[in-house]
Amino acid sequence: MNVENIISLVQGKVLTNNINLEQEIIGGFGADLMSDVLASIQPGAVLLTGLCNPQVVRTAMMADVHAIVLVRGKCPPQETVELAELEKIPLISSPFGMFEICGRLYKAGLKSLEGCITEKPCNS
Amino acid sequence: MVLPPAGKKVVVSDQSAEEITRVEELSYELKIADVMSRDVFSITPDMPMHDVIEHFRQQRISGAPVLSNNTLVGIISMEDLIRCLIASDQDAIAEKYMTKKVITVRSTDPTVEAMKLFVNSRVGRLAVVEPDGKLVGIITKGDITRGLLNALQTDYKQEEIRRYRASHLFEDIESDRTSLILRYNIKVNDFTHGGAASTNIKKALLRLGANPQIARRVGIAVYEAEMNLIIHTINGGYLRVEIEPHRISIETTDDGPGIPDVSKALKPGYSTATEEIRELGFGAGMGLTNIARCVDTMVLDSQPGKGTHLKLRIFLKKEETVGEGWPANKES
Repeated sequence: MNVENIISLVQGKVLTNNINLEQEIIGGFGADLMSDVLASIQPGAVLLTGLCNPQVVRTAMMADVHAIVLVRGKCPPQETVELAELEKIPLISSPFGMFEICGRLYKAGLKSLEGCITEKPCNS
Repeated sequence: MVLPPAGKKVVVSDQSAEEITRVEELSYELKIADVMSRDVFSITPDMPMHDVIEHFRQQRISGAPVLSNNTLVGIISMEDLIRCLIASDQDAIAEKYMTKKVITVRSTDPTVEAMKLFVNSRVGRLAVVEPDGKLVGIITKGDITRGLLNALQTDYKQEEIRRYRASHLFEDIESDRTSLILRYNIKVNDFTHGGAASTNIKKALLRLGANPQIARRVGIAVYEAEMNLIIHTINGGYLRVEIEPHRISIETTDDGPGIPDVSKALKPGYSTATEEIRELGFGAGMGLTNIARCVDTMVLDSQPGKGTHLKLRIFLKKEETVGEGWPANKES
């Protein structure tokens, strides 16, 4: 799957210029807390998030994310768009919510790039 | 080969933040003189059209300026030739069929001026003249394309050279122990620039030829550490990264408030972040856990009221070394 396929599946609007529509997307990842993203994401993902600040792009850059989809039609501040352009990471806004987007992409065959947490959950 | 104007270094940098593309930039930087054809073949107004056709065929050109006593009086293009051929009027002289209204440009104009004229006029070539009207060259769309491609190739070569130099930094400098130290001052609550230092560090590593996985591990660790300085300190802090061919050492230092219970802070999910910070996407309680996962050794030294000192190290295997300068005495 590539960036162009993702855009059409999420009926997205591209917010950055000069993006590579052919860029391959290996899988998906959805989160709103950036440390959660950094905790388990694998390279080459599309990041689905409700967060719009420039940190999304920074996080994407650190985690080798290939595209960012902002859920629920969010419109990011200008500095986020500028940073995404600078770092050449496609920034896409989709009218759908997180669950819907995850479902659409998963159904279309995109696998999850959320690595499983190896530590025991809630070892109380 | 056509080179960019002397004195102007044309380099594609990682910082090319501009919204305009490099080609657009070059169309302003390159002057018409840099891309035009000089020593162009010209004809005289009294040359018979069959001679003109023969010259075009032999020299494989599709247009030529018409000069009378070294003054530009017209231009002949394929279109003019076709008109002449349709009329079977090859014995007529060039003056009859030449286009008299010649569009001209100055050699000192930026290339973009010629581009605009091509878009608006639909002609195939423009005459380049001096202020006194003397013809100095001809510019076609092909000349512009060639000029831009040459300039881009020059950019690319210079960028390659820069990359090559960076990746050989460690082996080119002789010492008993060489290291590169990057230092950053991180301001508290500066969420707008938060992560900028980490981005620069990751890019520096890639430029030095580090393996992408190492750059990713360092990037994530430094980013979390940088955000901790922004979120949790009183006065911000200091970030220092030392790059050696066999090891990357990261240190952050701040002067408060310190962590009351370090073992709690190291538990995944434990967070002291406020709701405001969480709204910004932080405070997942995974920061230190993420750092620990990315590095080989982590020492967290914190005293409430005094500050926190975090020391991280990533050891590189020989095949992962940064900058191709693996120390000879460190054979693995």
